[in-house]
Order: sequence, then C-alpha cells, then structure tokens
Amino acid sequence: MIETPSVDWLALSPALALLGASGIALLGAVLMPSWMRKTVAAVVVFAGFVVAAVFAGIVFDETPQPDVLLAESMVRDQLGAFAQLVLAITGAVVVFVSWAEKRRDNGEYYALLAAGGAGMLFFVQAESLMTLFLGLEWFSLCLYVLVAFDTDRATSLEAGLKYVIVGGFGSAVLLFGSALVFGSTGELGFEQIAAAGAGDDAFLVAGLAMILAGLGFKVSAAPFHMWTPDVYQGAPTSVTAFMSAATKTAALVVTLRLLVTAFPDESEIWTIAVAVIACISLAWGNLAALAQRDVKRILAFSSISHAGFMLIAIAAGSERGAEALLFYLVPYSAMAIGAFAVVAVREREIGLPLSLDGLAGLGWERPFYGVALWIFMLGMAGFPLTGGFFGKLFVFSAAYEVGDWWLVLAGVAATALSLAYYLNVVRWLYMRSGTELRLAPAGGSPPRDIALGIAVAAAVFVTVGSFFAAQPILDLASDAATALPF
Amino acid sequence: MLTTALILLPIAGALVVAMLPLSRELTAGLAFLVALMEVGLWIAAATRFDFDGGGPQLGTTEEWIESLGISYSVGFYGFSLWLAGVTVVVSAVAIGYALWVGRDRPRAYHALMLLLTGAVVATFASQDLLLFYVSFEAMLIPLYVLVGVWGGARRMAATLTFVVYTMAGSLLMLASVVAFGVTQGTFSLLDSGTSDNTWIFLGFAVAFAVKAPLFPFHGWLPLAYREAPVEVAAVLSAIVSKTAVYGFLVIVLAKFPEPVDDFTGLILVLSGAGLVYGSLLAFRAPDLRGIVAYSSLAQMGLVTLGLFALNDLGLDGAVLQSVAHALVSTAMFLLVGMVERRTGSGALAALGGMARGRPALATVLLVAGMVALAVPGSVTFAGEFLIMAGAYEQGWGYAVVVALGIVLAAMYVLRLISAVLHVRPGSAVRDEALDLRPGELALLLPLVACLLALSVWPALVSESSFPGDQPARVITEGFR
Repeated sequence: MIETPSVDWLALSPALALLGASGIALLGAVLMPSWMRKTVAAVVVFAGFVVAAVFAGIVFDETPQPDVLLAESMVRDQLGAFAQLVLAITGAVVVFVSWAEKRRDNGEYYALLAAGGAGMLFFVQAESLMTLFLGLEWFSLCLYVLVAFDTDRATSLEAGLKYVIVGGFGSAVLLFGSALVFGSTGELGFEQIAAAGAGDDAFLVAGLAMILAGLGFKVSAAPFHMWTPDVYQGAPTSVTAFMSAATKTAALVVTLRLLVTAFPDESEIWTIAVAVIACISLAWGNLAALAQRDVKRILAFSSISHAGFMLIAIAAGSERGAEALLFYLVPYSAMAIGAFAVVAVREREIGLPLSLDGLAGLGWERPFYGVALWIFMLGMAGFPLTGGFFGKLFVFSAAYEVGDWWLVLAGVAATALSLAYYLNVVRWLYMRSGTELRLAPAGGSPPRDIALGIAVAAAVFVTVGSFFAAQPILDLASDAATALPF
Repeated sequence: MLTTALILLPIAGALVVAMLPLSRELTAGLAFLVALMEVGLWIAAATRFDFDGGGPQLGTTEEWIESLGISYSVGFYGFSLWLAGVTVVVSAVAIGYALWVGRDRPRAYHALMLLLTGAVVATFASQDLLLFYVSFEAMLIPLYVLVGVWGGARRMAATLTFVVYTMAGSLLMLASVVAFGVTQGTFSLLDSGTSDNTWIFLGFAVAFAVKAPLFPFHGWLPLAYREAPVEVAAVLSAIVSKTAVYGFLVIVLAKFPEPVDDFTGLILVLSGAGLVYGSLLAFRAPDLRGIVAYSSLAQMGLVTLGLFALNDLGLDGAVLQSVAHALVSTAMFLLVGMVERRTGSGALAALGGMARGRPALATVLLVAGMVALAVPGSVTFAGEFLIMAGAYEQGWGYAVVVALGIVLAAMYVLRLISAVLHVRPGSAVRDEALDLRPGELALLLPLVACLLALSVWPALVSESSFPGDQPARVITEGFR
C-alpha cells in the first residue's frame, strides 16, 4: 500500500469543478451531434463557473485562518477564495458575452475558457514558485489558443502568435527569476523563502526583479505591456473581455501574495520598484490611449493604466493597500467585461473592427448599450456613482496613509489625462449621429442577443452597485487581506 | 428625512422620465411637474426649519464606509437651505422653459436636467466631505452631455474647455479630499477638525475658484455660457456656480483658518480684479450672452469678496447676493433666450427697438435689469451694500473696488437694455416678432416676484442665513 497524502478537496474544488466542466465540454464536442454542441458546452461551462464560485464562497466562509496544503505548495485562505470568487463570476459572465459569437468550434472554445479559468483559480492559490509557474503556464496556454481562435481572421492569428512569443518570454524571465531565488535561498515555498532570511543577497534581489517582470507581463504593466494592445485588438472580443478582467485579477492577486509573503524583508526594494512600474504604466497607458482610434486598443491602453492604479495599492505595502487592490478588482472587472461586451455588440452589428467612428450615434440608436458604455467609461475615469470612484479613492487613501503622497499626485494626474479619451468615447456615443457616416452593416441589424444584454446589465449592476454598497465589498476585501502577513 | 427626499425626488423623477415611453409634451410636462413638486417639498422643508437653531437640520446620517469614516450625512444650515431654495426654483423655471421651447430628445434632456437638480441639491446638503465631492462631480456628468448635445455650433469646444477646467480643479480637490480625510481619520464635516496644510487648502480653493469661476480661472466661462442652451447656461451661472460658495463656506473658511489667513489678501485682490475685469468685459461684449456671462464672472468676484472679508457683514452679504444673483441671472438668461428666439441673433448690432409694441418684454427686461444693476432698494443693492461694508473692514481700497463694480454694472446692464429695447430697430428685429407669450411670462413672473419680494425684505435671507446672525463666529467655530 502506498500512503496517499491527505488532500483538502474542498480547497481544490473550485478549480476541479471547472476542470470537470472543461472535460465534459470537450468530450461533448467530439461525441455529440453538432447542433447541440454549442448549447451543451455553454451550459456546462457556465454551470462550472457557477459551481466554482459557490465552492469559492464556501471556502471563503469556512477559512478564517490560512492553511497550507499539498506539501506546502498551495494555500487555502480567504485571499485566494476572494480572487476565485471574482474570477469565477467573471468567467460566468464571459460565457454570456461569448454566446452569440459566430464560430465553428464552440465545444473547444468553451472547454478552453473553462480550462483557462481553472488554471487561474489554481494560480491564485499558489504558495510556492513551482505551483505559481505551473498555474501561470496552465492558463496562459489556454489563452494563447483562445486569442488565435478566429482562425479565419489574420489579425486573430497574428495576435495569438504575438502573445505566445511575448508570453513565452515573460514566462522564461519568471522561471529564471525563480531559479535565482531558489539558488539563493534553497526554498520554493513563499513562507520558506521569507524564513530563509537571505537578506540583501544579490541573487535574491535579481530573482525578485525577474519574477516581478514576469508577473508584470501578465498584469500588462508598462514596460512589460507591449503585447497588450495588439492582442486585445486581435483576439475575439469575448476573449479580450475575459483576459482584461480575469488575467489581471489573477496576476495582481498573485503578485500581492508573493511580494508580501515571500519577500517581506525586501519590502523597501519592491515597494519602490512597484511604485515605479505603476507610474510608468499610468503615464504610458494614458498617453498612448490618447492617440488611438480603435476602441479595443483604447480599452487595452486603459487597462494598462488601470494596472498602474492597482499597482499603487500594492506599492503601499500595507493591509489598507491590499484591501484597496481587492476592492478595485471588483468594479474594474465589471467595467472591463461590460465595455468589451458593448464593443462586441457594435462589432457584430457593423461587421467591422470598431473604431471611434463606428460608435457614432450608438447612444441614440441603442439607448441601453449607450448608457451602459457611458457608465463604464465614467467608472473607468473614476467618476462618482460608480465603484471605480471608490476603487481610486481607496487606492489613494492607502498610498497617502503610508506617506506616498507623490503616488497620489501621479494617480490624480493620470486620471485627468484619462478623462480625455474616456469622455471622447462618450462624445462619439452621443454627440455625433450615425447617419452622418456611411457604415456598411453586414446583413442588416443583428439578431436580438439577450445573453449579451444580460451580461451588460450584470456589469452595470456591479459597477454602480459597488458604489452604493461599497461597504460589504470592502468588508470581504479586508477579510481577504487579513490572510496576508502584514 | 426631508433632505434626503429633496435629493432623491429629482433623481427618481429623472429615472421615470428616462424610462417611460411618453410623447414629447408629456415627457417634458412630467419633468416640469417633478420640478414643481420639488419646489413644494422645499417649501415644506423651509416651514419646518428652525432658523434660530444651530447645526445642520432636517438631516440624516448613515454609515457608508466605516473604516475610512465616510458617511452619508446630509442636512441644511440656514444659508444652504436658501441656496437649495433658489436651486429648486431655478431648475423648475429652466425645465419649464425647455418644455416651452420643446427641446429635442426630451426624455434624455429632461432626465439629465432633473439629475442635475438632484446633484446640486445634494451638494448643498452634504455634511460629509466625500459626499460633497461625489455630488460636486455628479453635476458634471449631466452638464457635459447637456452642453455637448443640445448646445450651439461650437458646443464641442465649449464642453471640452469646460470639462478640462472643472476636472483639473476637481481632481486636485480629490487629492485634497483624500489627504484631509485620511489625516483627520474621518470625512465628516461635522466631526473633523481644522487643518493648517497649505497644499490641501490650495486643492480645495482652486477647485472652487474654477467652479465659481474666479478670475483668472474663468477660461471656460465665455464659451460654455454662449454655447449651452440658455436654460442650461442659466442653471450653470445661477446655481452650479453657487456650489463653490457653499464649498468656500463649509470647507475652505471653516476648515483651513490659518491658510485662509495667509491667502486672504491674494483672494481679495483676485476677486476685486475679477469684479472689475468681468464688468469691463461685459461692457465690451458684442452679444447678449457675453454680457450676461461676464456679468456672472463679476458677480461671483463680488460674492467671493464678501466671503473672504470674513466678517458678519461680508458673509451675510455674500449669501444674500448669491441668492439674488441666482434669480437675476436666470431671468436675464431666459430673457436673452427669448430675444434670440425672436430674432435669431444675440448680436447687439442686429438688435434694437424691441420695446415698441412689446410692452411685456420691455417691462420684464427693464425690471430684471434694474435689479441686476443694483438700483437702490433692490435686493442686489442690499447684497452689494453689505459686501461693500464688509470689504471696508478689510481695507477701504476693497470698498472702492466694490463701488466701482456697482457703477460698471449700471453701465453694462443699461447698455444691454438700450441695445435691445431702444435705439432704432436692428436688422434682425422683424415687425412680426411677438411680445412675450403667456407661457414665457408664467416662467419669468415668479422669478421677478421673488426678486421684488426679497427687495422689500432682504432680511428674510440675510438674517436667517446663520444661527444668531453671527456668521463669522459660526464659521470660525467650524459650524459647531
């Protein structure tokens, strides 16, 4: 008899549920007649995300104290469960966004979505550099394929290739950094690395820097963002929605966990490094967004600047900062998915990549989507009456509390810049009419897409709801933040 | 509870107006009805208000975000109740005018106007710094679209400059809000103490200076007031600018005594400069809107002079003048709109001779103009006199500037009146151009009636703005 280690199945259940859903969808794509593949795959994967969310909620509820599992490679705590909750709900909404997209291989598409989601859920529970790398590669591989999924569109294939190359480079840097840290401390587990107390060993610091860079690629923080605009633009819009919300959530939570758990002694180094990366992201994301005409590229650069805002919270290096980051993720995910969903509406309508001209008159022709996009833009700009406002407020308060007033000023200046392009989108929505432009709608107006409407409505609900009900979400975030050793 | 109702009624009305698929007239009518109900609600609040009692009244406080000390805290002081009062009156008149004119896309238009009303009332009622910021910003969202969609030919440039200026100010204020709130450990304006940090002070002061606007932060004003639909311009100059007065009173003056001491001289000089400069520009403006717009700049300079005189006379005068200016400027903007509708032009060169055969227009314009130029006996005269007396205590030079402003006001208002009503008929004035219609009179007469009533009894506002009529003491003690 071989002794099997005791496994905390509940802690692994969210990822396993999604993995199961992915398997069923994939089998269905092979075994079932083609007319029912799409429905079955979508329903199963949606159910998988919902079940994962429920399990994550249970884990959140039943884990007051962090607990390491599986030979100290994973951790069961409220931080991970919080992130899983956000990720699983994000995934469920993305299923709705994807529903009406025209593609042949629906079974495979939804299977990859669920597998990628499972990888992210695994990733945010990582407690050692090994599992961290495994999780990262797991969801990245799924995303590489998803980005290139529209095989009949050259831009999609190009985006996939770019993502593979740059992502592969990022992973290599991360892996090299992990090796340096292991070489310096002889440990892979986060807590053990901290306990090894290697101090200011040059290898350790170099390793830390390389790991930070590797994660920076996934967060799409400048200067590791080069792939972001091209990939966001080329990928199928539903995939872009998933990436902009979920990848960022997963990568930021892991960055926070890794820095705080494994490198507490080096905090003077990484708070500065993260602050610098944040400022570069804010500056570059916002400035570059000003020059864009393609809406998906605008949103891509805006996501880079949001990475900057969230990194300010990490740079604060305090519990308040962790809370701010976790809170920020909620409205941000909703706004990102929602905005890309509205882009998808218009794209399907005009059958072209969406530039600002293509938005003209949308606000009057489709009042619901117009108002929704308006709300998302205001939310991203940090206007009150959306959760984006409290996200920024909490981030700024956290930074100010630890004396980083210059980060507050950088954030405020970036917000001022960002208004120019967010309000420009609103301007195109309402202040130009579509009749002035000659669009060539491909085959008339699109079929009513109730699934997409529900997704957008849900995103609006969260965006606005996280303003009025900021306290409950902040409570969850602060519970999750206590899992970290500040 | 009444305060919350005053905030929520227009917002709920806005949602209903936006959702219900009614006809054009019904939509606008419904919005007007909501605005009138809001006036009724304000009257109910005013009758329940104890003008001798201190502290914010009719309010509610609910925890919002505990860890940062943010709460939903609303209530009125005497002066903010009066400011809210002119807000509801002005917005009812503005919505009524939009109903009369029949603006395009009425559902969106009226929903945004009601939303704006709710945001302005919320600003005047905020007793929490964060709530104040939220409502202050929320005003910008409807204004942006109202000017950008329904504005004149150069509306895009107007919205752009307007948004750039106000957001630059607001974001500086956001940094200050964060810094002040985090340092104090609470965002409540009632619980927080004072601060001596000059930078935080400047963030607030600049934001309010842009909103008012004060010289030299008025770059957005001429375009926005010229390109906005007249009733939106009226709302902008009449009530949105007064949120800056509220901010100066409850935040800048009450929370930053030391920086205020250091900067009083500078602000007084800038206000005086704005008063004279705005008046001169109004006197030189080639069109009706230019005159009214720049006169607003001048009047806001006057109000700030009164505020930063920091004595009982000046503060009472500033509040009285704010209320009076809100009513006068709405009346003037609407009259400008009515003239423009009849002639298709606001250029003074193309106007003239409209008094002949149009007695109602001539009478109302003359009465409103007389109040605007602060003829002795009018409410504006009372306000300006109080401000002048208050400024005199700071230095006789300021009083001279105020007196100069009063003289210049007479010059530009008389120029406007004579250019519209007298001289020979201009090229744009056709004989068929009608006198004021009953609908238009129904909107203007209540405003004129309010002005005349306040002219008879200005003490109604000036003596009930602050408990015990001791504004300076109330403010230096932080409204406690």
